[in-house]
Amino acid sequence: MTSLLSLTGIAKTFDNGVKALGPVDLEVQQHEFLSLVGPSGCGKSTALRVIAGLLAPSAGKVEFPGGNPETAFVFQESTLMPWASALDNARLPLDLKGVARAEADMRAGRALERVGLGGFEKSFPRELSGGMKMRVSIARAIAAEPKLLLMDEPFAALDELTRQSLNDDLLKLWCEDKLTVIFVTHSVYESTYLSSRVVVMTPRPGRIAADMALAAPENRDGHYRLSPEFTTQAAKVSAALRNAMVEHA
Amino acid sequence: MSAALKYAVPVALGIAVLALWEFLVRHYDVPVYVLPAPSAIWAALVENFASLMQSLWTTLSVTLEAFALALIGGVAIAVLFSQSRAIERALYPYAVILQVTPVVAITPLILIWVGFDRINLVLVIVAFIVAFFPILSNTTLGLKSTDHNLIDLFRLYGASRRQILMRLQFPTALPNLLGAMKISGGLALIGAVVAEFVAGSGAATGLAWRIVEAGHTLEIAKMFAALALLAALGIAIFSILSLLEWALLHRWHESAIKKTA
Repeated sequence: MTSLLSLTGIAKTFDNGVKALGPVDLEVQQHEFLSLVGPSGCGKSTALRVIAGLLAPSAGKVEFPGGNPETAFVFQESTLMPWASALDNARLPLDLKGVARAEADMRAGRALERVGLGGFEKSFPRELSGGMKMRVSIARAIAAEPKLLLMDEPFAALDELTRQSLNDDLLKLWCEDKLTVIFVTHSVYESTYLSSRVVVMTPRPGRIAADMALAAPENRDGHYRLSPEFTTQAAKVSAALRNAMVEHA
Repeated sequence: MSAALKYAVPVALGIAVLALWEFLVRHYDVPVYVLPAPSAIWAALVENFASLMQSLWTTLSVTLEAFALALIGGVAIAVLFSQSRAIERALYPYAVILQVTPVVAITPLILIWVGFDRINLVLVIVAFIVAFFPILSNTTLGLKSTDHNLIDLFRLYGASRRQILMRLQFPTALPNLLGAMKISGGLALIGAVVAEFVAGSGAATGLAWRIVEAGHTLEIAKMFAALALLAALGIAIFSILSLLEWALLHRWHESAIKKTA
C-alpha cells in the first residue's frame, strides 16, 4: 500500500497563543478509515483543517506522496446553502470546478440517490430533517468523486438511529469508492464501528497517544454492534482514551 | 382568518372612516378651507387630474431614478467594502456623515451648485443621498454574514473571489438587501418631496410643489388630493418591493416560514 498522506511534526499555535495541536506525525495509507478520537478541544478539528489546507500549520509539513488527492470535507453542521435545492447544493463542487451543467446535474443527482435522497432533488434545506440535510452534505462531498474524505464530527448532532443508519451508508460509500476517510469524533463506539484504524489524541495540545489498527470494517452491520468482538475493540479504544487523559493530567 | 377576510377588514374600516368623515363635515358644516369632505377631495382630484398626473409622473420619475442610483451605488460600494477592509475603513465614516447630516440642510447647497435650471437633477441627488445609506449599510452587513464553513468549502474546491461573491455572498446578503430596498424606496420618495419643498420656487413641478401651491391659494381639497396621490405612490412602491421580496425569498428564507406555518 502506498501512503496517501504524511504529516511530519505538525503543530498549530493560534494567534492568541493557544497551543492547539502537536507536534504530530502521522502516515495515512490509501483506503484507510481512520478515526481521530479525543476529548473536546484536543485539536482534532484543527488537524483536519490543516490536512484540508484550510489552515496553515505553525510548524511541520503536510505531504501527499502520490500527488494532491481530490479532497472533500463534511462539517458537523450540514453547512448547506439555504437558497439552493438539494440538487444545487450537491452540485456545488462540480459547479466550482466548471463541470458542464448537464453532466454536473447527472452526477449530483446520482450522488443524492446513493445517499438515499432520490426524489428530493428539488427540496430546499429547510424542508429536510437534520439527518436528510447531513445526507445532502455527504452527497455534495462524494459528487466530485474524492479520494480523501475529511469528516469533522459529522453525526454528533443527530439522534442515535439516524446516526447508525448514516454510519452504515458511509461504510458502504467507503467500500464502493475505495475512499480514504479521516473521521473526527469523540465517540468511542462510533470510531470502533467505522474504522480500520483509530488514533487517540491527548488533551490540548493534541498529540497522538495511541494508534491502533482494527479489523477491516467491510461488511459490518447492526449485528456487529452487538458482537463480543465489537465490545472488546471498543473497550481497547476506551482504555487508550482514558490512558491519554490520565497521562496528560 | 381567511384570506378574503384579511383584506376585507382593513378595506371596510377605510370605507367606514371615509363615510364618518363625510358625515361629520356635512353635519357640522365644516368650511372647505379647514377640512374638505372626501367627496370634495375626489372632485378636486378629477378637476385637476391632468396637472396632478403630470406632477405625479415628475415625482415618480425622480423617486425611481434616485432609488435606482441608490441601489446600484449602495450595492457597488458594499461589494467594495466586502472585498477590502482598508477601503471600508477609509470611506465608511464619510458615508455615515452623509447619512446623519440632515438632508434639508444640504439641499440649498446642492441647489446652488447644480442650479435652478436643472431642478430635477437636484431632486434626484437629494433623494439619492437619503435612500443610499440603508442599502449600503445592510448590504455590507449581509455580504459579511456568510457561513465561515461554507467559505472554507468554497476555498477547498478552489473557488475564485468572484465565485465566492456571486454564489455565496450575494445570496447570503439578499434578504438584507431586499429589506433595505423596502426602506430606501420609501426614503427616496420622502427625499424627492423634501427637496422640492426646500427648493421652494415654482421651478419644480412635482407633487410637493402642487401641495405648496394649493396651500398658498387655500385650495385645501387639492392639497388633500395631492397628499392622497403621494400616499398612494408610497404604498405602491412598498407593495411592489414587498412582492419582490416574497418572490425571491419565500421558498427558502426563515422569514417566510412563519407565514406558511
